[in-house]
Amino acid sequence: MSTDLYRTVRLIRRFEERAIEFVRSGEIVGGIHPYVGQEGIAAGVCAALGPDDVITSTHRGHGHVLARGANPARLMAELMGRESGLNKGRGGSMHAADFSLGILGANAIVGAAGSIATGAAWALRQQGKDSVAATFFGDGAMNEGMLLEAFNLAALWQVPVVFVCENNGYATTMPVASAVAGSITGRARAFGIPAFTVDGQDPEKVLEATSTAVARARAGKGPTFLECTTYRFDAHHTFEHRTRLTYRSTEEITTGRSRCPVEIQGARLTAADRAAVDAEVESLLEAAAGIALGSAHPDPAAALSYLYAGEI
Amino acid sequence: MPKLSYLKALNRALADELERDPAVFVLGEDIRAAASNVTAGLHARFGSDRVLDTPLSEQAFTNFATGAALVGMRPVIEFQIPSLLFLVFEQIANQAHKFSLMTGGQCKVPVTYVVPGSGSRTGWAGQHSDHPYSLFAHVGVKTVVPATPADAYGLLVTAIRDDDPVVFFAPSAALGVRDDLDFAALAPVPLGVGRVARAGDDVTVVALGHLVHDALAVADELAQRMSVEVFDPRTVYPLDVDGLIASVQKTGRLVVIDDSNRTSGFAAEVLAVVAEHCTLTAPPRRVTRPDGAVLPFALALDRAVQPGREQLLTTLLEMS
Ligand SMILES: Cc1ncc(C[n+]2csc(CCOP(=O)(O)OP(=O)(O)O)c2C)c(N)n1
Ligand SMILES: [Mg+2]
Repeated sequence: MSTDLYRTVRLIRRFEERAIEFVRSGEIVGGIHPYVGQEGIAAGVCAALGPDDVITSTHRGHGHVLARGANPARLMAELMGRESGLNKGRGGSMHAADFSLGILGANAIVGAAGSIATGAAWALRQQGKDSVAATFFGDGAMNEGMLLEAFNLAALWQVPVVFVCENNGYATTMPVASAVAGSITGRARAFGIPAFTVDGQDPEKVLEATSTAVARARAGKGPTFLECTTYRFDAHHTFEHRTRLTYRSTEEITTGRSRCPVEIQGARLTAADRAAVDAEVESLLEAAAGIALGSAHPDPAAALSYLYAGEI
Repeated sequence: MPKLSYLKALNRALADELERDPAVFVLGEDIRAAASNVTAGLHARFGSDRVLDTPLSEQAFTNFATGAALVGMRPVIEFQIPSLLFLVFEQIANQAHKFSLMTGGQCKVPVTYVVPGSGSRTGWAGQHSDHPYSLFAHVGVKTVVPATPADAYGLLVTAIRDDDPVVFFAPSAALGVRDDLDFAALAPVPLGVGRVARAGDDVTVVALGHLVHDALAVADELAQRMSVEVFDPRTVYPLDVDGLIASVQKTGRLVVIDDSNRTSGFAAEVLAVVAEHCTLTAPPRRVTRPDGAVLPFALALDRAVQPGREQLLTTLLEMS
């Protein structure tokens, strides 16, 4: 398990670094919200899920999608808007989805996916399945009424959903302390949802907390809320690379980066094992980049394909 | 023949679909007690999981329905007031509607949004009297505004079976309409297919929902002076362009009566479509709510703002 978690965080880290390069070179248009620094959360949460479970993701979603097992070549192709992308190039970075893996989509509207995941988890239970939904969102989403409404529905109806709040300290430039009155876990507890703060930089801690939450949900005991504390190592969005925003001090960034999930998990492997995983990830991503770059662009004549389920 | 009211037709369509397909469930506020009567008897028959009474959390329960639809359910949401659609416009226009394209066709979102009592509810004033069907047509969400009990039944059944989101407006002023019907003849009505509610030769009046009944009454009143054809598109989007053109090509003249605000409303779209396809013998006319209308409370003011029989009559006489 240690090795698997390491492989996942390393894969996400290197995927994001390559994606940032492709933003710089213009292969990815529109930029991305890098997940660098937060990999431990996606890795830990998704490792606790089974094949029939579902997830929803966010604007900062590549890590969730990769941790859930999406093909890196198809995700990279999606970021490049290619026909072989997960969404056939129709979604891009903020909407990556793979329904065959229970990835019900990344959502670009902050706070929107929690209620979608709650509905999906409720419906799967109605259908007699023992599926659980894990829904990711940031600290910024804690101020969206729609998400708070979803907590209420999930708690009322004992829906098998795990709410995963990735508290990276900021919503774009807005610090949590200036945005959230009371406390993040206190908000979940107000709905009667058990809520825990977890070290999001340690994938094993996240896995452990999520496993308990998933078991509870499967046992019919309803939702759990996990506040995973973390730090975003890179920009809010790659556009920030071209600006000089001063909302985080250099000292703060240095301290934040000092607890790196890739290093924390990597330290649990022997040097040889770690090198082997690194090499494996490199060759996987090298191939993925090649496949993505070599994929066809969609035909403009098909710009509105899939708008409706059938002809209208 | 037995009589069926529009409201009862909605109830019957829901019951039939709940019975037919275990994936269908209804959710909304006060639907267990059936405060609007649309779900009368359904909770007793189908239970709490299929007639799901919700707290007042429109945004979350609209997305909740999307989530359920993504994993194979066919939710039907009953909204208590038409303006609640403004509150959930994001959840319908930006979420439910966009999932299919944005995922490259990986999923479907078959949710039906029903507003029983859309448009003016006499005496309910500004925040309860909107009729925003043009808004949904504009963003490309399938939208229906049936006029008769048979169409209410048939279009609700079709909306529920459709694999895309569909907004269903049941105008307040149509809920009491009753028709003699052979219940066995109730059947699905396809989306995007209008009907000629009254055949005529001199002018086409396009009307939706309760205004179809007003148009028919005016046509009767003018029968000695002109032969009015009433075309009821039934579906706002996708519009039955062929049916519309066929009618206007026959009559050469067009009046649209439409309970939308004027600018960028449904009537404007009908005029544009006709202008693109037909040569008219007189300039087309619109009878609509005024621009940016907020329905005032006092009865005389409410009636002054809503399009109605008198304005239609006057407009038709001006054209003759
Ligand atoms: C409802 C909504 N408001 C604003 C935005 C613009 N926006 C995109 S990401 C973001 C910050 C989100 O912060 P957080 O939820 O903490 O996630 P993080 O970016 O830190 O991962 C904002 C304001 C949006 N996409 N959706
Ligand atoms: Mg944040």
